[in-house]
Amino acid sequence: MSYQGKKNIPKITSDRLLIKGGRIVNDDQSFQADIYMEDGVIKQIGDNLIVPGGVKTIEANGKMVIPGGIDIHTHFQMPYRGTTTVDDFAQGSKAALAGGTTMIVDHVIPEPGTSLMEAFDQWRQWADEKSCCDYSLHVDITHWNDSVKQEVDNLIKEKGVNSFHVYMAYKDYYQMNNSELYEIFTFLAERGGIAQVHAENGEIIAEEQARMLQMGITGPEGHVLSRPEEVEAEAVFRAVTIASQTNCPLYVTRVMSKSAADIISQARKKGNVVFGEPITASLGTDGTHYWSKNWAKAASFVTSPPLSPDPTTPDYLNTLLSSGDLSVTGSAHCTFSVAQKAIGKDDFTQIPEGVNGVEERMTLIWDKAVTTGKMDENMFVAVTSTNAAKILNLYPRKGRIAVGSDADLVIWDTDSVSTITAKTHNSAAEYNVFEGMELRGAPTVVICQGKIVLEDGKLHVTSGVGRFIPCSSFPDFAYKRIKARKQLAVLRAVPRGMYDGPVSEFSMSRGGTPSASARSSPTKQPVRNLHQSGFTLSGPPTPDDLPARPPGRRIVVPPGGRSNITSLS
Amino acid sequence: MSDCRREWNREDELPVYLAGPITTGAKQRKSFGMFSSVEGAFDSKTIDFENYAVGRKGSRTPRSGSKERILDTGDPLRKTPGDGRDGSPGDSPVKGGDMRTGVEVLKNKISEKLLIKGGRVVNDDQSLYADVYIEDGLIKQVGENLVVPGAVKVIEANGRMVIPGGIDVNTCLMKPYLGTQPIDDFLHGTKAALAGGTTMIIDHVTPQPGDSLLEAFEHWQEAADKNACCDYSLHVDIPQWDEAVKDELEVLVQEKGINSFQVYMAYKDVYQMTDTQLYEAFSFLKQLGAVVLVHAENGDLIAQEQSKILGMGITGPEGHPLSRPEELEAEAVFRAITLGNRVNCPVYITKVMSKSAADTITQARRKGAVVFGEPITAGLATDGSHYWSKSWAKAAACVTSPPLSPDPTTPEHLQTMLACGDLQVVGSGHCAYSTSQKAIGKDDFTLIPEGTNGVEERMGFVWDKAVAMGKMDENQFVAVTSTNAAKIFNLYPRKGRIAVGSDADIVIWDPDSVKTISAKIQHSASDYNIFEGLECRGGPALVLSQGRIVYEDGQLQAQPGNGRFIPRKPFPDFAYQRLKFRDQVKSNLGVTRGAYDGPVYDGVAAPIYITPSPSAKTSPTSTQPPPIRNLHQSNFSLSGAQIDDYIPRRSGHRIVAPPGGRSNITNLG
Repeated sequence: MSYQGKKNIPKITSDRLLIKGGRIVNDDQSFQADIYMEDGVIKQIGDNLIVPGGVKTIEANGKMVIPGGIDIHTHFQMPYRGTTTVDDFAQGSKAALAGGTTMIVDHVIPEPGTSLMEAFDQWRQWADEKSCCDYSLHVDITHWNDSVKQEVDNLIKEKGVNSFHVYMAYKDYYQMNNSELYEIFTFLAERGGIAQVHAENGEIIAEEQARMLQMGITGPEGHVLSRPEEVEAEAVFRAVTIASQTNCPLYVTRVMSKSAADIISQARKKGNVVFGEPITASLGTDGTHYWSKNWAKAASFVTSPPLSPDPTTPDYLNTLLSSGDLSVTGSAHCTFSVAQKAIGKDDFTQIPEGVNGVEERMTLIWDKAVTTGKMDENMFVAVTSTNAAKILNLYPRKGRIAVGSDADLVIWDTDSVSTITAKTHNSAAEYNVFEGMELRGAPTVVICQGKIVLEDGKLHVTSGVGRFIPCSSFPDFAYKRIKARKQLAVLRAVPRGMYDGPVSEFSMSRGGTPSASARSSPTKQPVRNLHQSGFTLSGPPTPDDLPARPPGRRIVVPPGGRSNITSLS
Repeated sequence: MSDCRREWNREDELPVYLAGPITTGAKQRKSFGMFSSVEGAFDSKTIDFENYAVGRKGSRTPRSGSKERILDTGDPLRKTPGDGRDGSPGDSPVKGGDMRTGVEVLKNKISEKLLIKGGRVVNDDQSLYADVYIEDGLIKQVGENLVVPGAVKVIEANGRMVIPGGIDVNTCLMKPYLGTQPIDDFLHGTKAALAGGTTMIIDHVTPQPGDSLLEAFEHWQEAADKNACCDYSLHVDIPQWDEAVKDELEVLVQEKGINSFQVYMAYKDVYQMTDTQLYEAFSFLKQLGAVVLVHAENGDLIAQEQSKILGMGITGPEGHPLSRPEELEAEAVFRAITLGNRVNCPVYITKVMSKSAADTITQARRKGAVVFGEPITAGLATDGSHYWSKSWAKAAACVTSPPLSPDPTTPEHLQTMLACGDLQVVGSGHCAYSTSQKAIGKDDFTLIPEGTNGVEERMGFVWDKAVAMGKMDENQFVAVTSTNAAKIFNLYPRKGRIAVGSDADIVIWDPDSVKTISAKIQHSASDYNIFEGLECRGGPALVLSQGRIVYEDGQLQAQPGNGRFIPRKPFPDFAYQRLKFRDQVKSNLGVTRGAYDGPVYDGVAAPIYITPSPSAKTSPTSTQPPPIRNLHQSNFSLSGAQIDDYIPRRSGHRIVAPPGGRSNITNLG
């Protein structure tokens, strides 16, 4: 087998690696085996492998070998008001690799009114130049019209993007109204995309912000006061409703509060296809720091939705993550320097939003969830890597240790203890929101694309080696259920005779039609909108032709042939 | 209020528990002679109507006066109310005032004296055997062995229940729709109400967008004064939100006696308000002390679904529930509650039609939200399977919004929630259109006028479905059909209770009567009844409105124009007491910090105070906000990006310590 592989790709001076004596941990099982990889791909797994000579061997000594982490939510090199986040693709992906994450998925954020495609190309260019690990991209839909629709279509079909992010917050800027959300979700459901939402009610936030500023609260605590968690929960609830109406898989980015997480788990219990993504910060720390006397420290925690001031939140989210109610973890790594945060020193609404977390993500989950006994090592692999790969439709290329998968591996040391501090972290930010935390568990060896990038505490990264990994549409993980439901739910009209009774006179000119679509429907309706045809309704059961008649109700059939439609008794 | 309850408990507890009619209390009262005891008893328990009238002077002082009286008469050492009365100085002026007010309210109509003997008086808190003496439309005495003047008409209740007349909090008897009006106007509607044991309705004033709320209110009041057969009050719907509306609302609350306003989250482009408008409306109404009624459905999504379903060729009434699935109702309920919590304002959800909406309310109440839910007759008694009926007229008759749930287990669920107190009030949503009016939408379900009947059947079905099934007791029955409504809308204890001083709106309820609902025998003018053929146990045997017999043995003797407008004061305790304390407790305090004196990133092109608020859509370069803080734009924050990436990015951008020395505020250790 190995010889065959060698024949096929003879040109590359390939890295051949053998990991001996490790315990392979996938999301479904753990077993002892050696791994042989060549050309960045896992070629053999098993005991007593026959490998060519001159292969570098890594002794795992019984340690866990896990698929490299996938950080499904980062904002590297994000432009923001003439500045960019301090961690660019090189710095950010370096931090990712140091933490055991071998793939990142970044958000493309086009300015409202500009082309999605151009923004996508721009991000591709930045990432191709600098990224040290494989990457993929989400595209944010910041405005909605027909040309955007066309671009989304192209991105799905040609560019390998299958997840699109929409905003329910940032009023008058990124925010989408319910109708737009409905249209976007409908469209994505047809094309096999995943709808990601930033779930916060932007309108209430805008009002609350104005109120806070009016009360004279201008510091970072105003951020969390103006974005209470029920505003987050409300938006999650609404997003779930719209997604369920349009039969579109929903992905809630940044689940920061208990109540938002509860809504997601309730929705999942009702059968909705919804995924929740807690981030490193919400799993590891809470929002009490917004009240810190140190402005710079308080400001460094500013992100949206905010960290919950309830100190029991991280524990709760870890529990839901362990139980599978929340599916994946990201970091939402979006770092600004103190000077950049200070743009909002007199007005909390101006503070650039974002926290670090790409480097700490895996370690933190291990410490908070696995060592506390909430989740096992397989679940750990699932939430840090496998589920993300499934949602992005990259599984089993990523997110699994199997023959043929990419050689993105991490040898995980469960016992090492490290203290997080901004002094030693790999991000360029001056603050670390996890400052001073002692965390158990860390990667000892990280292999990315078949090359060792972390060994003996030393990082050997090469900028620009990261490849763009295209994601295809209709990921089974999300769409298998959706497809089955689409076939099931078909709406049928009731065949009736024409109504031939009297019709009372009415005037359409009178403005007050209390019917929602009355303005458009009577005149424009005959045109069938083909874009909306992919609709099904999974909610109320559609009774077949005739429902059971309620007891005690009789239908009089008049002998003389009274019209069935006007019979009143 | 509580004074009557307490007073009366002391008198009546003994007879009830010992089952001995002759007690010291009764004896002693007798010994004071006919009129003095009557007057004293009445006096100590009478409600201070001055206090409940709106637009009159002295709104607070009389209440404190009545509180003092509670202390007086509540003294356990005193044997009888008469005793206490004689002993307390300065009492007679108050008494005189009460009398006058009572007469005023009655508009000097001929008084009728009535005695209901041998009934079991059922209030929301207790049931007891007592006689009720009524004079001038008010309850003057409650108790056993009452001493009453001669020439009194005696009604033998024969042990049947005597309950406060029902209050139907949700009717639309004049809601215009495309130039037509519901077939039940105030005359037919109130007649039907009385026939069903409901002695007060609260109707919705539904101005069209652009209309003046005040004018609409006066229009409704005029029509109701002319035609209503029972007392009524009015909710005012807010069709749109702007500055002019605010002024009118203030007038309505402070001068017209309206304390409840409805807002819509559905009916896109007509009545629907955005979240921002809702926030403002809630804030404003909270200041005024009003109760916010919410029609909770997500109008944006409904509009989308409607066009989709019409596009699929479904034009019949079944399109109505298909385009308004219950999730959309639950979503809007959730949002309304969130808004209410943010503003700290009581929220009242009209027409709770589905399980999930009811569950959402329940959960919110468990978390402490001040929210009330109102299921309607139709939602409690029938389900939405009729929308698929082959008879168009039958299907169309059920069209209302939110729609009846097609889930046949819904009515039972709602009844259970009502019984356990998670839902508080039963309305009817009575808005009856004839079949020919419904036929406006014969080719397009979105045009079918929305509304079902239910004002007449309301009390009967709550009894039949909840009490007769053992879910609810008779006291809870009184609470959900009458008392809670009176409390929420600040009519209590004038309405919603049988107590001395309350209005003589009384129903003698026969729990055993069985009738079959049919359009042929109903009092509503509509030609269809959505409960057609259902059997209903329980019904009124006799109905008193304003102290007059209006319904007896199936005979209705209602007088159009007898109905009075009952003004309601703002800040009902039932809704606002908790909120007042919360307002006091809740104060978001900022953190006092030294001014940040570290380096501030200074973009090349953008000034520091660039506010990417509403104007940001037109790129930051086109707008040049002034360097002072623009308060109108300050409510915006942004975590996203802008495309100004011409500024080269330096990786590892670190702050160099300023020459003057670093301040502690940027200290990184």
